[in-house]
Amino acid sequence: MRWWWWLPLLLFAGFLGVATYQLTQPKDDLVPSAMVGKPLPEFDLRAAAEGMPGVSTADFRDGKPRLLNIWASWCLPCIAEAPQLERLKQEGAEIVGIAIRDRPEDVAAFLARHGNPYTRIGGDDLSQVQLAIGSSGVPETFVIDGRGVIRYQHIGDIRAEHVPILLEKLQEAGE
Amino acid sequence: MSLARLRLIRDPRESGDRVRHLRSAWKATSAFAAMALFLIGLLAPQLAAQQSLPPAPYAYRQLEDPAKEAEAQALMETLRCLTCQSQSIADSDAAMAGDMRHQVRTRIAAGETPEAIRAWLVERYGDYVSYAPVVSETTWPLFAVPLLLAAGAGAILWRRLRRAR
Amino acid sequence: MIAELGLAALWLAAALAALQLYAGAMALRPGGEGVAALVRPAAVIQGIACAFAFLVLLWLFAITDLSVKLVAANSHSAKPMIFKLAGAWGNHEGSMLLWVAVMALSGALIALVERRLPEKTMLATLAAQAFVGLGFYAFLIVSSNPFERLPQPPIEGLGLNPLLQDIGLALHPPTLYFGYVGLSVAFSFAVGALLTRQVTPEFARVMRPWVLGAWVFLTLGITAGSYWAYYELGWGGWWFWDPVENASLMPWLAATALLHSASVLAARDALRAWTIMLGVVAFSMSMLGTFLVRSGILTSVHAFAVDPERGSFILVLLTLYIGGALALFALRAGTVSEGQRFAVTSREGALVFNNVMLSAILGIVLLGTLYPLLTEAFDVRVSVGPPYFNAVGAIFVIPMLLVMAVGPLLRWRRDSMERVHRPLILIGAIMLVALIGALALDETGVLPLLGLAIAVGLAVASFLPLRGRRLTRVPLAVWGMVVAHFGLAVALFGMASESAFSEERLAAVAAGGTAQVGPWEVTLSDVLPAAGPNWTAIEGHLLASYAGGDPIELDPQSRSFWAPPQETTESALATRWNGQLYAVVGSEAGAGRWQLRLWWKPFVTFIWYGGMLVALGGALALIGRVIDDLRRRAVRARIAQRRGEEPV
Repeated sequence: MRWWWWLPLLLFAGFLGVATYQLTQPKDDLVPSAMVGKPLPEFDLRAAAEGMPGVSTADFRDGKPRLLNIWASWCLPCIAEAPQLERLKQEGAEIVGIAIRDRPEDVAAFLARHGNPYTRIGGDDLSQVQLAIGSSGVPETFVIDGRGVIRYQHIGDIRAEHVPILLEKLQEAGE
Repeated sequence: MSLARLRLIRDPRESGDRVRHLRSAWKATSAFAAMALFLIGLLAPQLAAQQSLPPAPYAYRQLEDPAKEAEAQALMETLRCLTCQSQSIADSDAAMAGDMRHQVRTRIAAGETPEAIRAWLVERYGDYVSYAPVVSETTWPLFAVPLLLAAGAGAILWRRLRRAR
Repeated sequence: MIAELGLAALWLAAALAALQLYAGAMALRPGGEGVAALVRPAAVIQGIACAFAFLVLLWLFAITDLSVKLVAANSHSAKPMIFKLAGAWGNHEGSMLLWVAVMALSGALIALVERRLPEKTMLATLAAQAFVGLGFYAFLIVSSNPFERLPQPPIEGLGLNPLLQDIGLALHPPTLYFGYVGLSVAFSFAVGALLTRQVTPEFARVMRPWVLGAWVFLTLGITAGSYWAYYELGWGGWWFWDPVENASLMPWLAATALLHSASVLAARDALRAWTIMLGVVAFSMSMLGTFLVRSGILTSVHAFAVDPERGSFILVLLTLYIGGALALFALRAGTVSEGQRFAVTSREGALVFNNVMLSAILGIVLLGTLYPLLTEAFDVRVSVGPPYFNAVGAIFVIPMLLVMAVGPLLRWRRDSMERVHRPLILIGAIMLVALIGALALDETGVLPLLGLAIAVGLAVASFLPLRGRRLTRVPLAVWGMVVAHFGLAVALFGMASESAFSEERLAAVAAGGTAQVGPWEVTLSDVLPAAGPNWTAIEGHLLASYAGGDPIELDPQSRSFWAPPQETTESALATRWNGQLYAVVGSEAGAGRWQLRLWWKPFVTFIWYGGMLVALGGALALIGRVIDDLRRRAVRARIAQRRGEEPV
């Protein structure tokens, strides 16, 4: 008997191992940003809604950590997370918004209806900033420290259980 | 079906699903696609809002210079649409794929090389965004195994054919 | 009561499969001959019972019995009959039942007619077949019961998705299942031959029609699926190296290799262990494909539609079938000698070369498909796509195609290059001319250029085996080979031409405006709303004229279905002998203009014509082989009668 007769069985066993492991894992389709730990890229976005300032990289370099929320008025999970953003704001978090492919009137209508937790909202009409920070959808929330470095990324809508995590990350970013 | 699973599908429209579900339909050869479509169907009525801006200028427009357009096209075919399932940005109707096409075309027009653009995206999204794996710490087996296969094929042929003489 | 009857038939089939397995296994032992007589009848009745269960399911769908869960979830009383019936296999449970029913019928057919192999090998084969069937029965009865009742029947069914109400989609799954069943029969024969150490040319001849049949169905399935993706997706792509596409390609590659190695074994009694191995691998690939698609482990679009239990169940079956067969192979392969020797320059030599290349290609597709799964276990996500598969695959595909042009010209056992030097020079010259011609036409990539050159050379070479022969005397199996090889050349030509010469035009056009693509001039005359039973659409009316000729009207649509809400692109195609114009109407582009996407794809249709020719070649070979077998059987029966014995 030659050893290589066992090779196919060995390879098959390897496949079985990986497949079994993966079956037990929850399937996650999230594409994490590789920009976590790196400084925000340079950008300067127009104001997305009347009466609110726009957003630029410089706004993040004043020593205060912030949440950067990527959202859009046409995005339904964003409605779901609106109350949680409100809670974060009440807990003292400063939230900067970037609205993806959005019209000022739609943004204003959304804020009127679901509340406005933001201090600034930039309009990213071509997803340029979204691509530059490695975000792959809406909504996503980044924790940015006082020097403008990305410290944490939350993918998907924020639920009640994520609020303490985000507050903790925000605090870590302030230390 | 758990909510945790559903949560991961963020916004179906965002993901260019029209294409993705169709494709899965024939591929899944029936059941699963039918089921998936059905589930998406349950979700979708609430998600009927319209995306409010028209597509980016160069999402559906070619560059004037045919050589540059060809360069951009070749690159786009090898970049993964991040909100779709296994489609390149060159064949997806997802809004984000359109914005990525716009990025690629304007950067190529500005004289950037395709490989620089790919590197820029890989820096942001990791190897996942590129369909053309390069030899790296995580991908070397993709290239080592074919070499082994070639060596193995050579060895088998050599043994057989030499013995046959 | 009808649904319960179906379930009872399924239980009966399962019990008979258990009996068939037990009796078959007993009969292999010394002194176990007593129960051997049970095996064949058990296989026949099992086939009938299981087919009956499937007919019951068809009936339930035909009358739309909404008290059955599966019918309520997948059908609707107002659907056309053809789609009601298609609904029976348009879902997980029904498709598994169809699969196992066809498999049980195949087992019954073998049990009834196959008498060429030693009886012990046949019993072992039928036992293996019962073992495979038993796993499927357990799967159906335990976790995927198609006959499950609802406590409260709904008033109306949920309906089959409108997108799946397409005749192509209705026929596509059965095509693949027939292919998988053929490979499962080949698998059982391989296990049977291994168990009784009877790996003989006769075994290869008995197995070959099943492999051929499977191969024809798989070829048709892949060809049709590719065309469907092409016209339905709206971007003109016909192959994406997507995991699930690869899952359908891998069994085909293995079946192709198996087909050729079985030919060597049948004709020359060589490559015994190799053929057995391929028999196991080919069925493994169809099970693996089923697992990948149904577990949702790779393409997440299925992930939330799939009960994880199903994936686990298929994985268990995979472990039992393939793990068992591979272990048996490892233990027994040493006792199967490799058989007859042959020279390098011989038909066998060429076939061995191509077998090794095909296996390497299979290895690469397998690796590229599964690799992301492996890295994800370490939380690293990578993408393996067309650039990888095309470039790495080409390393093995090109030598394979070159040898494929030469192989059929060589004689079995021993030949010399001098004898075939003239056709070789001819093929080489044609390829060179084609290469220079393609170079002059357009600047394009290296691979499409080589593809064009090889395709032209291969097309001519595929007919050379007929030279100097009386065409009416050429056996059908040889015609099959010629047609299939020619078909591959045609498909290759289409692929290379599509990737080398396609032209794309994206344009925002107002009514009355025109856009140019290649030799076509396309005028948008109007964009109007359109409506169907469950969709609304905008429909573009285009007038396309080829090189200034008479305009053809094209009406591409962008459809929105409302139940469930879904958008689809209905592309419009203008087909000429030398290619297709592919037109899509997209969204409004402002100022009364509409987005048009136009492609001129020279010779793209050759891809699918080629695929159909390959399948036709396989079918010709299959018919030829079956006729030969029947003739031989008749001759044997006559001899036996003349001797005054019972006909065998």
